[in-house]
Parts: sequence; structure tokens; C-alpha cells
Amino acid sequence: MIKLEDLTKTFGSVIAADRINMEVPEGEICILLGPSGCGKTTTLKMVNRLIEKTSGKILVGGRDTDNMDPVEVRRGMGYVIQQIGLFPNMTVEENICVVPRLLKWDDAKAKRRAAELLELVALDPSVFLKRFPRELSGGQQQRVGVARALAADPPVMIMDEPFGAIDPINREIIQDEFLRMQKTLRKTILFVSHDIDEAVKMGDKIAIFRAGKLEQYDTPDTILAHPANSFIADFVGADRTLKRLRLVTVAEAQNGAVGTVSLTDDLSRAYAILREGHLDTIVVLDPQGLPVGWVHAEDAVGIGPVSSRMRPLPATIRTDADLRTAVAMMFTHDVTWLTCINADGRFGGCITQAGITRRLGDTYRSRSASAPMPQGAVA
Amino acid sequence: MTKEAGAAIAIGRLSKIALPVRGFVILSAIGVAVAAAYAMGLLKDIIRRWDDITFLSVQHMELAAISGGMAVVVGVLLGIALSRKRFRAFAEAVMQALNIGTTIPTLAVLALSMSILGIGAPPAIFALWLMTLLPIVRNTYIGLLEVPAHLIEAATGMGMKPAEILWRVELPNALYVIFAGIRTAVTVNVGTVPLAFLIGGGGLGELIFTGIDLSEPGMMLAGAIPTAILAVITDFVIALVTRAVVPRGVMPET
Amino acid sequence: METLAFMRDNAQTILFLTGQHVSIVGLAVGLAIITGVPIGIAITQNKKAADIVLYIAAIVMTIPSIALFGMLIPVLSLIGQGIGYLPAMIAVLLYSQLPIIRNTYTAINNVDPALREAARGMGMTALERLWKVELPIAVPVIMAGVRVAVVINIGVTAIATYIGAGGLGSLISRGISQTDSRQLVAGALCVSLLAIAADYVLLWIQRQLTPAGLRA
Repeated sequence: MIKLEDLTKTFGSVIAADRINMEVPEGEICILLGPSGCGKTTTLKMVNRLIEKTSGKILVGGRDTDNMDPVEVRRGMGYVIQQIGLFPNMTVEENICVVPRLLKWDDAKAKRRAAELLELVALDPSVFLKRFPRELSGGQQQRVGVARALAADPPVMIMDEPFGAIDPINREIIQDEFLRMQKTLRKTILFVSHDIDEAVKMGDKIAIFRAGKLEQYDTPDTILAHPANSFIADFVGADRTLKRLRLVTVAEAQNGAVGTVSLTDDLSRAYAILREGHLDTIVVLDPQGLPVGWVHAEDAVGIGPVSSRMRPLPATIRTDADLRTAVAMMFTHDVTWLTCINADGRFGGCITQAGITRRLGDTYRSRSASAPMPQGAVA
Repeated sequence: MTKEAGAAIAIGRLSKIALPVRGFVILSAIGVAVAAAYAMGLLKDIIRRWDDITFLSVQHMELAAISGGMAVVVGVLLGIALSRKRFRAFAEAVMQALNIGTTIPTLAVLALSMSILGIGAPPAIFALWLMTLLPIVRNTYIGLLEVPAHLIEAATGMGMKPAEILWRVELPNALYVIFAGIRTAVTVNVGTVPLAFLIGGGGLGELIFTGIDLSEPGMMLAGAIPTAILAVITDFVIALVTRAVVPRGVMPET
Repeated sequence: METLAFMRDNAQTILFLTGQHVSIVGLAVGLAIITGVPIGIAITQNKKAADIVLYIAAIVMTIPSIALFGMLIPVLSLIGQGIGYLPAMIAVLLYSQLPIIRNTYTAINNVDPALREAARGMGMTALERLWKVELPIAVPVIMAGVRVAVVINIGVTAIATYIGAGGLGSLISRGISQTDSRQLVAGALCVSLLAIAADYVLLWIQRQLTPAGLRA
């Protein structure tokens, strides 16, 4: 969708972007990441031609932007900046309608679109359409900024540290909302950030820049697991493996067999399952299939219903949660495994510390066949 | 810096107070002057000159309207031109010159105008135009310059052309500052028109200066009080126009 | 050229008129400092009083100078001072109030609250804070107000020649009435130069009064 070929920008003798080659597939978020002055913003602004390139090519949707009018290029891309840049002289509605009006949309259609977009960014149109930007909080303004960029439904979005000026709590919320929107919108997004955590969370791909050069361009997991050089390893941080926890869901890290028994079953049945599967523990489900407790192998002796020897579950975790949450929960409750539940609350297997370790180590084992990776490899 | 520069600052404060209240207070101040005139038995003297007052007031406002109107048009256009990128290089030098220009006392401007253009209305209008022009140019330029760069970047990034950015983003957001400049400059203009009489330009100055020369306080007040009233009305009217024209999202909050 | 010749021939008169002009402005602005600065400091204690005082000062500012003279004359004639120095001085004094009071007020109000807090934490009394912290920081801003007042009132005083206050304006008034362009231009030049010079000199003083740590 967006393809950069040998893209170069020089300011006098300074090379701000040095032969950048990369391609962002349709519907993906690509994060341009790096310390300040690394060329990420220059690269971004060359795409919508706020900065004219020195040499190289930029193709958007297969078209060479050199053959297009800059104004035409920009009207086809949503643009969000850190300072938001809502026009104080216009209401929220007028702000959102700027590009539709530039594109000569019918007025009623533009207004309908504005209301629809406000809904999308979780702001009540009846409350916010007629407000002026200064009557909104920072987070609300940024939501409107995103809505404005989406107004003409451009296939491409250019975002320059869009959530940089928002306090950490609201930033998390807006990031989550944005990801949820992106699931249905499938825009192709170039997104500048200087925050590795944001990049890992938001990006399908991350492009790491240093001194005008594109150092590594890959998925967040690969960059965290296999930084291409020591600069990137330093930049992503010594705790990069912990950051990977965020990228994997509980469902992806589940392994091994898990036994279950019904609340009304006899202890002998539990014993049989435990022995057959060489298991230490077994999860007890109620008739609806919701996990209610567990029984240790040592206790599964004697006669009577499982409920008589059942211990309570310290906590349960949803299978779509990320591993960071799972690990945090394990530490909180001082356990090495957790019972998982699906979105409907029913039993969804278990996750163990060993399973997590194994899952994170996979990437090193698969590579160690060809090139041994000394660091952190799990046997 | 002439009096309008100081008054510009005054307006900044004044405009924070509700318009009706302001008008009331200022008019009642004039009311006090009228009452004082009455107490001194001067009011009859003033009313006796009613025909002169109306005739000269019309002339007064004509002088103000022509010089002020032209100053607004030329001043705003010049301010816009100076704020464009291609003129930025020497815009600062021009502003420096304007700052020195506004330091020159009005009477001196009037005198110089007379020495070049002779006597009558044209030199008076030229002098009034010039001293009204400077603050308008300055406020327009500063107002446009103060529009945050990121707004212009956002507008550019959304695909607006330079003319669209000027019309839809820069001017609306600079409008309050531009109007503050127009308001003070034109109000001061109306208050300064009496000096035009000195070089044969007509207006209420005729009553004021003749009244002083003849030691006739009634005659003098017949010129001074309407001058003050006209200045207050002008100020009030431009304030109303400002309210109507400047987008609500740009008006300073009260 | 003729103008320069006129100025050379009448240097004595011009010097005298300049002295008159400067003395009116200097004396009245001096008085305005003595009255305006304490008022500006006092109103920092009460927001409402501040609003009212600044409001009145701003209204005075919008009265056209010639109209103000006009209104002062009948009042002052009651004490036999209708024309001459006194109305000119009073007008200058009144017009100077707003820039001086307002600058004093905002300067002191804008002193970083953390500084005030620190000064209080060190055990300074309110008066010590005013003298040692607030005023030194505020002085350049107050001086800027004085500068505005002086420049404005050089112009006002020029007009005051018509109410018999003398000064450089009388060159202009005589130039007009005698259609003597030498005198006219000489007066205009002198009063303009005086205003520009005063602006620069006061700007220089303002910079000197700015504590080194606050200079841009």
C-alpha cells in the first residue's frame, strides 16, 4: 500500500533520511520509532509531502506520488499530529467536515459523517458536535482529531506522535479504542512514536530509525526477540523479553493436557483422570461449565463427591488476555498456574509458568538450529 | 508609541467587562461632565449651538470614516502581505519602522502632512489615515503570526491550499487581535479628528479650539463632549461588530 | 535646509521649549509613578478592587486628549487655572496612570508563586518579600509602563500648547497660524525626535534595571 524506495532527504549537509526502503502492507499499522532527530518524522512528512524529498520514490496504492499534486496526495490521507491542531474558530462538527468540504461533499452527507465519526470515537454527537475545541479536554480533543482525520474515509493515515500529549491513563484508553476501531477500519497507517511500549502495543510492524537510517523493520515480536544490533537492543531495553509478554495471548501460550471433573462427580473419577494423564491437579466445573475450584492429586483419595476435597481457585484469567496480565496475576497470588476462562465465562484450559517460558523461548529454539543465539535461550 | 498603543492595552482589559456595563459607565462619566456644565450654567450655551454641533459632528464622522475606512482596508491588506512567507524577510524591519512611526506624536504627523500637502481636508485625512494605519498593520501582522504553527501544519496536511489556509484558518483565528487593533486605532482616530481643524480640516475641533481661543467654555464643551461621545459610540459599535464577526471559539473567555 | 537654518538660528528658543516640554512630562509622570506604583501594589491584594481601578484607568485612557483638556478647563477655571501648566499636568498625570498601575499590578501578580513560597519558607515577612523579591523582579516591567506613559504624553503635551502650556507644540501651532513651514517642520521634527529619544533612553534604563539573571 505504501512503498518507500531509496527515499532520501538532505538538509544542506545533514542527511535526515538516508535511502529508506520499506513497504507497509494494506491494513497494517507501521510504527516509525527512534530517538529524536533520527529521521522518523522527516520520513513521515515526506509521505504526505509536507517535506519534499531529495530523491527516491514514494508509492501509495501503487501510484507514484511524484505524478500527483501535493494537495491531492494530502486529501487522500488522514493526518493526525501531536498538538492535535483542531481549528479553534470552528466547532467540532466544522472541524470534522473540513476535508469532506474541500472534497466538495454534499453538506448533509458531511454532517451525517461527522456525527457518525463522533460515535465511532466514543463521543456523544448530541453533546459534542456544536462545541468548540477549547471546551473539550485533551483526550476528547485528540479523539476529535482522529475523527477529523478519518472524515473522508482515506485509505491511509499519517500519525505524528498522535497520543504524545495525553496523560498516561487516558493515553492507554485512547490507544485501546483506536486499536478496536482499526480492527474494522483496516486503514494503512504510518505512525511516528518515540515510545517503545506504544510501538509494541500499536504496531503490526516497527521500523527503527537511527541517524537517518532505517535500522530494522520487522514485527514487534521479532524486534524484541532478535534486535538486529546493539543500538536496537539498547533502545528496546534490557527488559525487552518482558515487553514481549504483551504480544502473546494466554490462548497462544497454553500447553499440555488439563483434566476436568464435574462438581457432582465422585472422587474416584477424579483420581482415575489424574492417574491416566499423569496430572497433579484437576479443575472442577459446575453444571454450566464454569470453573469453581480445583483438587490436588494428593487429596483425590477416599470416597465422596469432589466437592468435599475441592480447593477454591485463587483467580481466573481470560484466554484473550495478554501474558503480562497472566504473569502479574500469578505473582499476585503466588501460584505457578492459572485457570483460564473464555469470553462467555466457561472453562478455557489452564496456563502455566512453564508454558509461558516455553512459548517465549520458541523463537530462540527455532533459530538456534541455523544460528545459535547465546542470550536467554531456553533449552 | 502614541496614545492608541496605550489605549490598545486598555481595550484588552476593557473588553473583559460586559459591553452594556462599559457603555453605561462611560456614558455616565460624560453625563457627569454634562451635569457639571449645567451646574456652571454652561448647558444653555451648549444647546444654543445645536445646529453647529450636528453639522460639525457629521463632518467629523466623515473625516473619521474616510481616513479610518481606508486605514482598515489598507492596514489589513498590508498586514496580511507582510505575514506571507515571501515577505517575512523584511517584515521585521518594517515592524521596527512602524514602531518608531507610532512613537511620533499625532500633532507632528499632522504638521508634517500640512507642510507637504498644504491645508484643508486632504492633508488632515492623510495624517489621520497614516496614524490609524500603523497599529492596524501591526496588529494584523502580529495576529496572523501568532496563529500556532501546528494549526497551519494540520491544515496543510489535510490538503488545504495556501489561500484556503489564509481564509479558513489564519484569518479567523487572528480576527480577534486584528479587530482589537482596528477598534483602538479607529476610536483614537475619532478622538483625534478635532486636531484636523488646526490645518483647516473641519470637524468638532472648530468648536473646541475656537472656544479655547475666545475663552468661551460653553463653546468648547459643545465640541469636547460630542467628541468624547462619538469616540465612545465608535468604540462600542466596533466592539459589537467584533462580537458578531469573531468566531466564538476564538473570543477570549470572559 | 531652511528648516535646519531656522533651528540653528532659534536654538535658544527650541532648547527652552524642549525644557518646558520635558518638565511637564517629567514632573507629571514622576507624580504618576509616586501615585501609580503604590496603587498597583495595593490592588494586588484584592481582585475586585484591581478590576475596578484598572477599569477606571482604562476609561480615562479612552477619553480623547483634546476633549479631556476641554473638560478640565471650565473645572480648573474655578480656581483660576483654566489654561496653562496645570491642566496639561493633570491630563498627563491621568493618562500615565493606566500603563503604570497596570504594569505594576501584572508584574507583581506574575511573580512565580513558587518564588513567593520559597521566600515565605525562608521566613521573610510580607514587606521583606515585596522589597527583596517581588519589586526587583517587577521593576523592569514597571519601567516599561513608565516608558509607554512618557512616550504617550510627549504627544499629549504637544497638543497642550493650545491650552497655553507651551512646549515644543508651540512651534507647530505658530507654524500653522503663520503658515511658516520652517517653524512647522522644526516643531514636528523636534517633538518626534524627543519622543523617539525618550523611548530609547527609557528602554536602555529599563534594560539596566533588569537584574542580570532576568535579562533575555
